[in-house]
Amino acid sequence: MSNTYRYLPDTKQDQDDMLQALHLSSIDDLFHDIPSEIRLKEPLNIPEAMDELSLTKTMKKLASKNKHANDYSVFLGAGTYDHYIPSVVHHMTSRSEFYTAYTPYQPEISQGELQGIFEFQTMVCELTGMDVSNSSMYDGFTALAEAASLAVNVSKKRSSVLVSQSVHPESRSILNTIAKGQGYTVEEAPLDGDITDISQLKKQIDDDTAAVIVQYPNFFGSVEDIQEINKIAEEAGALLIVSANPLALALLEAPGNLGADIVVGDMQPFGIPMAYGGPHCGYFAVRKKFMRKVPGRIVGQTTDDYGNRGFVLTLQAREQHIRRDKATSNICSNQALNALAASVSLSSLGKQGIRDMAQLNIEKADYMAKQLQAKGCKVVNKSPFFNEFVLEVPGTADQVNRKLLEHGIIGGYHLEKDYGWNNRLLIAATEKRTKAEIDEFVDVLEAML
Amino acid sequence: MTTEYHDLIFERSQPGRTGASLPDSDVDAVDVQKKFAGHLLRDQPAELPEVDELQVVRHYTALSRKNHGIDNGFYPLGSCTMKYNPKINEDMANLDGFQFVHPYQPEETVQGSLQLMHELQEDLAEITGMDEVTLQPSAGAQGEWTGLMMVKAYHEQKGESRKKVLIPDSAHGTNPASATVAGFETVTIPSNEEGLVYVEELKKYVDDDTAALMLTNPNTLGLFEKDIVEIASIIHEAGGLLYYDGANANAILGKTTPGKMGFDIVHLNLHKTFTTPHGGGGPGAGPVGVKEKLIPYLPVPRIEKQGETYVFNSEYPQSIGRVKGYYGNFGMFVRAYTYIRTMGAEGLSEVSESAVLHANYLLKKLEPYFDVPYQQVCKHEFVISGARQKKLGVRTLDIAKRLLDFGYHPPTIYFPLNVEECMMVEPTETESKETIDAFAHVLGEIAREVEEEPEKVLEAPHTTVVGRLDEVQAARKPVLRYMSDKTQES
Repeated sequence: MSNTYRYLPDTKQDQDDMLQALHLSSIDDLFHDIPSEIRLKEPLNIPEAMDELSLTKTMKKLASKNKHANDYSVFLGAGTYDHYIPSVVHHMTSRSEFYTAYTPYQPEISQGELQGIFEFQTMVCELTGMDVSNSSMYDGFTALAEAASLAVNVSKKRSSVLVSQSVHPESRSILNTIAKGQGYTVEEAPLDGDITDISQLKKQIDDDTAAVIVQYPNFFGSVEDIQEINKIAEEAGALLIVSANPLALALLEAPGNLGADIVVGDMQPFGIPMAYGGPHCGYFAVRKKFMRKVPGRIVGQTTDDYGNRGFVLTLQAREQHIRRDKATSNICSNQALNALAASVSLSSLGKQGIRDMAQLNIEKADYMAKQLQAKGCKVVNKSPFFNEFVLEVPGTADQVNRKLLEHGIIGGYHLEKDYGWNNRLLIAATEKRTKAEIDEFVDVLEAML
Repeated sequence: MTTEYHDLIFERSQPGRTGASLPDSDVDAVDVQKKFAGHLLRDQPAELPEVDELQVVRHYTALSRKNHGIDNGFYPLGSCTMKYNPKINEDMANLDGFQFVHPYQPEETVQGSLQLMHELQEDLAEITGMDEVTLQPSAGAQGEWTGLMMVKAYHEQKGESRKKVLIPDSAHGTNPASATVAGFETVTIPSNEEGLVYVEELKKYVDDDTAALMLTNPNTLGLFEKDIVEIASIIHEAGGLLYYDGANANAILGKTTPGKMGFDIVHLNLHKTFTTPHGGGGPGAGPVGVKEKLIPYLPVPRIEKQGETYVFNSEYPQSIGRVKGYYGNFGMFVRAYTYIRTMGAEGLSEVSESAVLHANYLLKKLEPYFDVPYQQVCKHEFVISGARQKKLGVRTLDIAKRLLDFGYHPPTIYFPLNVEECMMVEPTETESKETIDAFAHVLGEIAREVEEEPEKVLEAPHTTVVGRLDEVQAARKPVLRYMSDKTQES
């Protein structure tokens, strides 16, 4: 018996009974509406079916070809980080009532998911200092592009956005793709060392600029003065969009309190495995005046027939299934399960825990930078940085990374491709990196000097 | 605990409690007040919950018990393909070598991930009859937009700026929304009496401004567009392209392919046909396949095999660019790959056979109770209408709510828009005949109730943790976050 039948419950008898009810003699009779000229004559050319044991073995072998963070110490950051994930997170997201459900279209049997998202929205608002959050987005990068589109749409007459080169290169790249489709232009504001060149930004901004986009901390780990940048945006009548690492917001002032109009980012630092880049969990938060322009699902509180508190998907007049070609975005799904993971992680860490975790990140990165400097390496950042920084390395960045790998260390992000700096690495040190791991990194570099 | 527990996690918070377990610092302390400018530091901590670990577990366990998933019971939500999500998929996606890998690791340290993605691309190309596949898009909607951006690039390359995307009136709302986001105008094509694209009418809409036709086949009524070959040639002769919305691919595996039908671009929803869990609304994944003439426009980076090594390649100057961070939702690729390896060619073909048999059988069983707008063989799903019941004062919404009392997730309702009081039912191949029989019996009972004791249906649901919720109030006076007494003051 084929082992695929564990997912296909029909017995021969079931099939015969059903066909008989339909007055048909074979299942093939149900496919006669597919013209024979386009019917496949041969079986699909894909590998043969495998039983569970053999497949598990094959998959484990495939997985073992990857080097991973449980065996190596990871100093890569650049938007995805190797953070501590509390044990409870996986246990809660593995409850199949959550993961085998669809979008909560029937609120009476989806209160768990809906309340979970309502709590997620609250946490995002608390971290960002914004009034309204949606239920999550594909990732931080696409969330940023959607924010730019929102800004252009609400500005009515403005047709460009001004994005700092200190924003993640992939964010800028996706923004360019989206802008091409929607017909607005993307201009880039240059760097002044490790931060946005404020005087250039001032010169570039004009009355066609719908939004200024910055990252906080920026791609190099440095903390931009978004209050000052907001003044420039405000004077020019442009919105301020901030892409923020939510872990940094445990200690750094909420962008909403520094003038941001839209805050986006990725919740990956909270309870979401790196998973080779996805799925992660974008977040999207706005000031109240843009509430009805937000893309994606939003959950709201209401009451039932008996006056009890309950939760529903709301403000759906924005969305594609109602508005079709007039919708605020084409997005239908969110990253509900990962939003749940982030909520469970944030609940476990709690109000003080996230501050402690952020503090640890600052201390590890600070220690690492100082050790490297003491050995004669140059740290490029002039501004205070959070948990990552740019290091000038002896030789080329690739040589250094290869050497580190020999010592069981996954090195930094090579900045040549995006910035043309062939001897610079972006290095992240999270709370997971021990002093011993950092010291070994430093020793390897010292030996190369 | 299910019914008595109604607290938000914030309402369980007590100052001083924590569920955190962080290491002590083993490096020098840093005074953040000195490190960062004062105005860039928080005065007020974010008001997150302060709860112990057991409270976290109790809270989310209680929430899970207020949620219906496929594992709880039948979920015949049309066009969503709520089939069983195999457990081995989860186990494989959670292997250390897949879960704890950074996206920027050197290629030589991620050969397992790259091999898996490359093989999945090849399998999906074979299943769809396309020449090459990108896994990058995060979901179906993003796949649609990605495909349409390629349509745009293709025409621009030929020096044409075609503006119109044709979409049948039965199409999912994402189709027109994606067309708009990609900068196209949408033209709606009417269906004929059989629920299919009206070919003669279509001809009137096609001209040299037609960029593409977007089609789901089988369509959202569950019917196979049997004129697809003619439709394809009409569009192609006018210089347009054909886009296949793969939402309903579960009906055709191993039977035909979009490529055979004449489509140039396809997106698949891995969370529908390929059993990756829906996750309560995501994450999903929306790979896109294309025919050869569109390969130059695929998003970068692309994954390629050079000898025995897998590498990224971004050297495609005509590419539409990047559409998603990193390389897509990798965790979903592991699940879909596991599923395809479990099933093999014969297994996948049997999936579609069973899915179609189940749908036709269930439709047959429901025929006595509900109007059937399109009397013909359906594919993996079908629509019925509650028009008869509406005349008795009971709407499809009420019938859906009554189904909740029996432990079923209702079908998709009020979609597609071209069928009055529509119910769109997709039983899937993984449900047993007994489950289908029981569901048909209950729907028959509800139809009887509509005639004999309608208030029972009108007042439903009777057994859920909350009654019907006031959606108007939610939209008019939006409460979108929790406010504690403390947050309200500030």
